[in-house]
Amino acid sequence: MNLLPLFQWFESTTIGTTVRESLWLFPVIECVHLLSLAMLGGAVLVVDLRLLGFGLRAQSAHELAKKLHPWLVWSLAAMIATGIPMFLSEALKCYYSPPFWYKMGLLVLAVFFAFTMRRRVLSGDTGPLRRRLTAVVSLALWFGVGFSGRWIAFY
Amino acid sequence: MNLLSFFQWLEGTAGSVAIRESTLLYPIIETTHVLMLCLFLGMIAMLDLRLLGAGLRGIPVSEVAGRLLPLAFLGFTLMTISGMLLFYSGPVRAAGNIFFRIKMVMLALAGINAALFHVTIYRRVTDWDCDSTPPLRARLAGFCSLLLWSAVVICGRMQAYNWFDQAKG
Repeated sequence: MNLLPLFQWFESTTIGTTVRESLWLFPVIECVHLLSLAMLGGAVLVVDLRLLGFGLRAQSAHELAKKLHPWLVWSLAAMIATGIPMFLSEALKCYYSPPFWYKMGLLVLAVFFAFTMRRRVLSGDTGPLRRRLTAVVSLALWFGVGFSGRWIAFY
Repeated sequence: MNLLSFFQWLEGTAGSVAIRESTLLYPIIETTHVLMLCLFLGMIAMLDLRLLGAGLRGIPVSEVAGRLLPLAFLGFTLMTISGMLLFYSGPVRAAGNIFFRIKMVMLALAGINAALFHVTIYRRVTDWDCDSTPPLRARLAGFCSLLLWSAVVICGRMQAYNWFDQAKG
């Protein structure tokens, strides 16, 4: 399947063109993307570090996850909402950028993992090894998303 | 020796050249700097949300601060080290950049805000530790913290764009 025509269309969309041709739109969207990253990172880290035995140890990981769930969901939504117009503005660059494809693959895995396996471990009474493993996988996946995301600018 | 000639000398040192010209070193340092946002600002934001009564309600404020601030300090240390290395790789352009200058001022203000919080209202935290909505001065500190750190991030990001570059020539 050849995705190139699709990406060419992405690049030619009104949103893509508007963001690309504006001097300040891309930087402003990028700033919101970064601030949402801090919030998403915070919400993920507090729970994953708790699973590893760090941070807010007097609370259960389940309780923390429940309290932070709205912040996790909304910051993820903000990241996607700001990520899409940035992507549209340089869809062809992304098409030829290996880090972009890694990022998308890892993002799908990270979101899937967060709302399936990690959620089950958080709400259930699982053994310490499985809890720690879940935290490590979650952190590794999100780290991969962030890392490859930053590298779209370099490759 | 004035500051500019010092930065010019700094820019010519072997380490500065090495980071600037390396295809891997610069991106790795920059990625570290960006991702530490999660550990540093992420933890700070969680405490700020608690101070605003908007997140982690039901957990005593002193516990959130006591447990999360050490993690934030770790993030801050890594952020400072990577940030200094980034500055070191191109000090002349950075120092002349208006966003870098605003960023440093915001950084100082964020530090002052945190210090003020700790020596004033936080001293009496036992009186309001479990309030789901902390007193006005604590909320104000949390609000200013979010605002100032956001400004630091925004200026840091804007620094990469060269609209206002003095060294553009």
